[in-house]
Amino acid sequence: MKKTSNVEQLQAIAKQIRRDIVEMITAAKSGHPGGSLSAVEILVTLYFDVLRHDPQNPKWPDRDRFILSKGHAAPVLYSVLAECGYTPKDQLRTLRKLGSIYQGHPDVRFLPVLEASTGSLGEGLSLGIGMALAAKLDASPTRAYVVLGDGEIQEGQIWEAAMFAGDKAVDNLVAIVDYNGIQLDGFVDDIMPLDPLPDKWRAFKWHAIELNGHDIPALQAAFREAASTQGKPTVIVAHTVKGKGVSFMENNPKFHGVAPTVEEMEKALLELA
Amino acid sequence: MPTKTKFELKLGMATREAFGKALLELGRQNKNVVVLDGDLSKSTYTNLFAKEFPGRFFECGIAEANMIAIGSGLASSGKIPFASSFSCFAMNKGFEQLRVTAAFPNVNLKVVGTHSGISIGEDGPSQMSIEDLGLACSLPGFIVLSPADEISMRALVFAAARHVGPVFIRAGRPKVPIVHSSEQKFEIGGSVELVDGRDLTIVATGLLVAEAIRAQEALEAEGISARVIDMYSIKPLDRGAIQRAAIETRALVVAEEHLVTTGLGVRVSQVVAETNPCAMEFVGIQDTYAESGAPEELLEKYGLLGRDIIAASRRVLTRK
Repeated sequence: MKKTSNVEQLQAIAKQIRRDIVEMITAAKSGHPGGSLSAVEILVTLYFDVLRHDPQNPKWPDRDRFILSKGHAAPVLYSVLAECGYTPKDQLRTLRKLGSIYQGHPDVRFLPVLEASTGSLGEGLSLGIGMALAAKLDASPTRAYVVLGDGEIQEGQIWEAAMFAGDKAVDNLVAIVDYNGIQLDGFVDDIMPLDPLPDKWRAFKWHAIELNGHDIPALQAAFREAASTQGKPTVIVAHTVKGKGVSFMENNPKFHGVAPTVEEMEKALLELA
Repeated sequence: MPTKTKFELKLGMATREAFGKALLELGRQNKNVVVLDGDLSKSTYTNLFAKEFPGRFFECGIAEANMIAIGSGLASSGKIPFASSFSCFAMNKGFEQLRVTAAFPNVNLKVVGTHSGISIGEDGPSQMSIEDLGLACSLPGFIVLSPADEISMRALVFAAARHVGPVFIRAGRPKVPIVHSSEQKFEIGGSVELVDGRDLTIVATGLLVAEAIRAQEALEAEGISARVIDMYSIKPLDRGAIQRAAIETRALVVAEEHLVTTGLGVRVSQVVAETNPCAMEFVGIQDTYAESGAPEELLEKYGLLGRDIIAASRRVLTRK
């Protein structure tokens, strides 16, 4: 893989990732397209620009750690890992099939390159804290990045972890909330509203940044700001669009956890051409 | 290994205190050992480690789910974390995290639950961990250890640290008799035959090992020869020792300070059923929660004394 800070190049990669997501979930006939598409720019900016990692040396001890705590968005992580060269691209369409390395939710037993098995919501931030603490003990430059779903942060453990990381000043930790506003049963605002979200994190002694989660330059600047923030962990509240990039999936709760049909896939791929 | 026929049961440390001391010793030998606690370090004795190694000790507050998963994150980055709390809180409040962040990815996390069973006494059933062995054994890949005294606890803390993978160790609140000699070896999947016998075998764990020895001495006076095994490794079990006992004595009594519905007894009976079926009886907490009281009063009321093992032994012999 070739890392880049060039926004046009990152946008082109993001478009390719979206195509992979739609194709692999269609082939699987089940999965979570909406929350995978909403997180594309976040993961692309991290893996192709920000993270210190090396696909040729995946267990490099001083690498940065990435955890997809919202494990149901596995397709975005799988297509990014494949695009980076960690895993085979030609197997993406085996997603969710028996024996596939691309399990329904991230599973380190099948994909050792992952930092964590996730899928049960609410647990990734604590894991990220553990990895960040280990890095501090080892005087390693490792930073830990955890992508959280907005519905996910209704889980109590997230706020246990937020309280801990704020109090212990775990400043090599970054949480990114993919605030797409929709969860399985409908709109987050109808089910269990989160606002004022940045203020909640600030009250837990975090440095909070709010941005448009599809704006790559804004994400690049926020990750730089996080890296230079000492004494506090950083949360990026990323306002995103569920189903981003496919007109009939955007802001449509139906596509939280339903696969597109073949016809819908073809329509989507035309939009993502 | 030598087996004794007469014991002088000398009161030793509580297994929780032996855990705290062993952890400190381990921490001095291995700088990768780190410790997490949930606002109970004075009771779990992890404060001994915290005092000497403050940089490697993480006070997580009263938030066990977070504590367990931080431990898994530390383990994933090469540390050997010991997370400790009262057993009922670590196991029950942390169970989901033990399942998804430790067992499922097979992470090198060690969990030590203190204040297990009903012998904590006056605090009552909300603090009494009587389901922990069953819960821990239900997690694929977990090693589950239940030492009876300070000697076995120390050895098993070191064995847990040597093992790569998740381990649960059960510890108790009260001071307990020393049942093992200081030369005794302990290993994951092992057991210790404390007394040889012909007529029946008492398989005990934790607090009930000393009671089993008391029962064996009383039975011997009646002319009944009972074998006593300390089954400190609940998972994996020493299948060989169980099978030999089933073949050679044809009658087993299992004794534990845990629910009989999900504890050591059901695991031993599975081995017996798979190998050499024989009569069995179970001494433990029945399908109920206990109450407040002095530990000795509770052990009497809930049927966890030597005399209960004696009664079960007589019953099992009538069915032999």
